[in-house]
Amino acid sequence: MNTGKTMRIRIDHDRCRGAGQCALNAPELFDQSEDDGTVVLLDDEPPPELHDSARLAAALCPNAVISIVEDS
Amino acid sequence: MCATQSATAPLPTRRSCPFDPPPEYERLREQEPVSPLAFPDGKVGWLLTRHEDVRALLADERFSSDRLRASLPVRAFRGRPEDFGPRSGMLLTMDPPEHTRYRRMLTRYFTVRRMRALAPRIEQVVADHLDAMERGGPPVDLVSAFARPIPSLVICELLGVPYTDRDRFQGWTSTLLRIELEEDEALAARDALHGYMRDLVAAKRAHPDDALLSNLIARDDGEDPEVDLTDEELSGIGRLLLVAGHETTANMLALGTYTLLSHPGQLRALREHPEGIERAVEELLRYLTIVQFGIVRVAREDVEIGGRSIRAGETVLASLAAANRDPEHFADPEELDLDREPSQHVAFGHGFHQCLGQQLARVEMEIAFPALLRRFPTLRLAVPPEQVPMRDDMFIYGVHALPLTWDRPSDQGS
Repeated sequence: MNTGKTMRIRIDHDRCRGAGQCALNAPELFDQSEDDGTVVLLDDEPPPELHDSARLAAALCPNAVISIVEDS
Repeated sequence: MCATQSATAPLPTRRSCPFDPPPEYERLREQEPVSPLAFPDGKVGWLLTRHEDVRALLADERFSSDRLRASLPVRAFRGRPEDFGPRSGMLLTMDPPEHTRYRRMLTRYFTVRRMRALAPRIEQVVADHLDAMERGGPPVDLVSAFARPIPSLVICELLGVPYTDRDRFQGWTSTLLRIELEEDEALAARDALHGYMRDLVAAKRAHPDDALLSNLIARDDGEDPEVDLTDEELSGIGRLLLVAGHETTANMLALGTYTLLSHPGQLRALREHPEGIERAVEELLRYLTIVQFGIVRVAREDVEIGGRSIRAGETVLASLAAANRDPEHFADPEELDLDREPSQHVAFGHGFHQCLGQQLARVEMEIAFPALLRRFPTLRLAVPPEQVPMRDDMFIYGVHALPLTWDRPSDQGS
């Protein structure tokens, strides 16, 4: 759903265990570090067309690493 | 209906359909989602059957994964105490910070990117096994010809375990996953697997290769015990990854194929739209939930879940299978819907311990299922369904064997 809002993604890196759900489901926004497999945020203010992917990645993360702030 | 509030019963294990969890879970989820559970060791703990509660438990750091303190859901071999102790490498049953140390060492070998890079090799392995099936002709046991060897070969190459040793370690690993197992038989398999892996670690120290175990050794700096892994730790990591790499994807491939063959409409749609394989794999994971007895945690302190008081020291069993059929979370959960929207299924667990190898499992399944279906358009059971031996007796559910047949090209006149 494209709401036209701006979105900011925040990462709680300490909680990440590299399950890879984010890199799998939103590869435009998330990658995994070559060192320890933990999350690398590629874009902390994703364009509207990637908002659904960002929400999905946050919902599927097993450790609540990803939080999303949306303002209108 | 008269609710049997607080009746303490053992874990329901009797299925009425090979693809569905025991029907008793449905009653529990509706009437008593946090229910007292009688564990085989005589202790009483709790069984969670709702998706929300299962996810909450597995993400809750007030609960420990320590296997030495937990009761097991079914009668099974616990291993020797040192198998789960400090610096044993057995990260599955550890808590932070010990678990975190191992997990951060290992995750880099199982990233989405790395697993996708294995795709060409996995495609080759799959094609080789399909060729052999085709050469040999029907009927074929899919477990021994396809479902077991493919993930086995892949995890062996990834770890640096000689695949030529497979008859030995596959026997030990399948013994250790049996329930109701005699103690002396379990100990013999356990000791044999330990000895094998210790010898292998010694061989890697002497003659390193490019695979995971040698890589873990190569990161040693000889000084920092936080970095360096002992032979016992390497052996524990090796055993865990070898068992996990063997018994999980293998059972998903065989049971998943049986499931597809039993749902011809869904199978036809997948054959027509193989690009839907990613969703199909997630749905098979949800629907089948092969970690059939769930995951145990031990309360570190008194905790309230769903209005029930869990006391410190009590074991709580999260039923992944029940959670994955919760109608509060999944529309029509009893239906196999290969086109289901991405959902928060818990087939890989949840929380810090969510499956390390899940991206490998996905790539293997996303390659193997479509290749099998493409190669054999007339694939079908070679025996009546009631003759397919189900793995009710194993920690990881699936089929012991899956006899399949198909029309050869000459039979089809093409």
